Amino acid sequence: MSGHAPIAGRLLTKPFIVLALLFMLAVAILLARFIFGLGAVTNINDGYPWGIWIVIDVMIGTAIGCAGYAVALLVYLFNRGEYHPLIRSALMAGLFGYTLAGIAVIFDLGRYWQFYTLLLPWYVQLNSVMLEVAWCVMAYVVVLWIEFTPTFLERLGWHNIREKLSKVLFFFIALGILLPTMHQSSLGTMAVVAGHQISPLWQTQMLPALFLISALLMGYAIVPFEAILAALGLHQPLETPLLAKISAVALAVALFFLALRFGDLIWRDALGLALAGDIQALMFWVESALFIVPVLLLATRTMRTNPRLIFLAAISLLLAGSLYRINTYIIGYQPTAGATWSYFPSVTEIMVTVGIFALEVMLYLLFVKYLPVLHGAAAPPRART
Amino acid sequence: MALNRRDFLKASAAGMGGALAADVHAVQREPKKLSPDAVGMLYDSTLCIGCKACMSACKQANGMPPEVAGQMEPIWDTPLETSGRTLNVIKLYQNGSADQKDRDIDGYAFMKRHCMHCVDPSCVSACPVSAMTKDPSSGIVEHHPDRCIGCRYCVYSCPFGIPKYEYDDPFGQIQKCEFCSHLQAEGKVPACCDVCPTGASLFGRVDDLQREARRRLQMQPGDEVEFPRGKLGGGQPGHLAPAPEYIQAVYGEKELGGTQILYLSAVPFDRLGLPVNVPDVGYPAISEGIQHMLYKWMLIPALLLAGLTYVVQRNIRAAGHDSDTTSDKTSDEEQS
Repeated sequence: MSGHAPIAGRLLTKPFIVLALLFMLAVAILLARFIFGLGAVTNINDGYPWGIWIVIDVMIGTAIGCAGYAVALLVYLFNRGEYHPLIRSALMAGLFGYTLAGIAVIFDLGRYWQFYTLLLPWYVQLNSVMLEVAWCVMAYVVVLWIEFTPTFLERLGWHNIREKLSKVLFFFIALGILLPTMHQSSLGTMAVVAGHQISPLWQTQMLPALFLISALLMGYAIVPFEAILAALGLHQPLETPLLAKISAVALAVALFFLALRFGDLIWRDALGLALAGDIQALMFWVESALFIVPVLLLATRTMRTNPRLIFLAAISLLLAGSLYRINTYIIGYQPTAGATWSYFPSVTEIMVTVGIFALEVMLYLLFVKYLPVLHGAAAPPRART
Repeated sequence: MALNRRDFLKASAAGMGGALAADVHAVQREPKKLSPDAVGMLYDSTLCIGCKACMSACKQANGMPPEVAGQMEPIWDTPLETSGRTLNVIKLYQNGSADQKDRDIDGYAFMKRHCMHCVDPSCVSACPVSAMTKDPSSGIVEHHPDRCIGCRYCVYSCPFGIPKYEYDDPFGQIQKCEFCSHLQAEGKVPACCDVCPTGASLFGRVDDLQREARRRLQMQPGDEVEFPRGKLGGGQPGHLAPAPEYIQAVYGEKELGGTQILYLSAVPFDRLGLPVNVPDVGYPAISEGIQHMLYKWMLIPALLLAGLTYVVQRNIRAAGHDSDTTSDKTSDEEQS
């Protein structure tokens, strides 16, 4: 057998009910959005047409979903079988991150009922970076469900079909590596056309490379983050040696990212703006610190075996990648319209984002309790969790 | 709307950013060329008297509702900015005592904002579903709400901040100036140029307008000269005025790959809210440069997929297990 097992336990725990209430609140707000328009519940405006529904729900949501991509890269491309125990929970993070991002896009689209025009060959505009992202994300959601299908089949006991699927799965695994490489980099390219509206602290032709690497980094961070939370909250065994190894990978990727990021800033002679003393400069330093701190926390082999440090480093990396996206698209963005536009998300806007993440955690709990997802899973020692 | 000091500082900061970013792009696609039949407008800020007849005519010609700014009493149409209800707006630059027109310090100047009909438009490059198109002959950038998905990438990417979305409408759409293409189809002149009493907004073929703009830069300041009105070479009688002291440049000739709306002014263009120190190519040439390098004929992705498929299959076979059920070499490792 695969060594993955459901952990069982009651689903309707107190935290689960709180999450469900948050989700229902988001649904109510979305109802208002569809009746009264985007302006009724969000603070996006003609100066800042993209808010947190795009940058957090979609861009950060899919970057977190890169867990499956990041681990698949290690297991299947670099042939590191030792990471295989992580693959299912990593794929599941991808499954939720991407599926929900795909749904969240609909809430933000101003003319969502015409969404299908993205698929009509006589309308598609092949130079559009947005089109490439849309197609790739849609395709990857399908690929993720296919990659995750063995877990369902195992649960159902349909081993025959599972065997057959296994024979062709290699192709979907390859696609599952190609597609995120394409659209996570394109999510960076998407900002290039905004030109001078984005501060030179973030605007560069290196955006595709930087977005791709930081998405990978977030993928490598979410794996230990999730594993340690599962250990704490669901009383799961902690595979510390494996987490130490993946933290070493995260460290290497973080160093590569920092070298590329600062190399690019120096080469473009843009680093001076970091001393401008304005909000952009401040946020640049917060973002940079969040990338640098994990490097220090994971510096030595001994440090990388300390779950506490691994956990802190993972949180810092997740915040770093998230802030890098928010900075590029919102804080580093100054519309040229000449007007004094500003943007900060409204409470209702934030609650929708919270509701989507609540749904993600609910789905996680549902899946790990009833499907063979977690490796070496143990039933909780107590009846309730 | 007044262009205040903060706007000015912001515009300058944006310009600085442009200067820093302008000369470094590793890859770039061919810049787009101006159509020989392109039509455009020359807006001469020095001729504009701020009467806003163009704004009123624009609303009438395009069936747009009036808009009342901020906290004002709703007396008349007072938009501060182009929006989902306003496609064209006259703005005011003022500095210090503002007691002389067309003077930078202690002066004021008018500015007209609407779609620039770029030669290489960002909105057209950004739009995933061809809802923004550029007419290959006239060069007019048109919007097609019937296929638009409302992603607002055009709003986000436009370097001049022009396309706007109707946020307060559950079925809102993108709005922007389409240069009265419906009037042009009937052989008429765009409404704003048609009604302009001084010829500040002048319609014509872009290369004719460029020549006209160059001619004006040669004028002797103070000389009484005749400025054409309505359409360049059209039948309207001209407007007599003393030649102003122009800034010796035509905005839109080369900025961001060129625009079909050209500007002349006696105060620096950044005072009027136009981005300066921007590259001579449109931003799509830079972003599509990246895309074409990576995705031309889908060659690189196809090769990558072939390589990945081979390696993944080989690794799965070598590991002696099917693609999902690993033999769990590490399952017995210590668990804390």
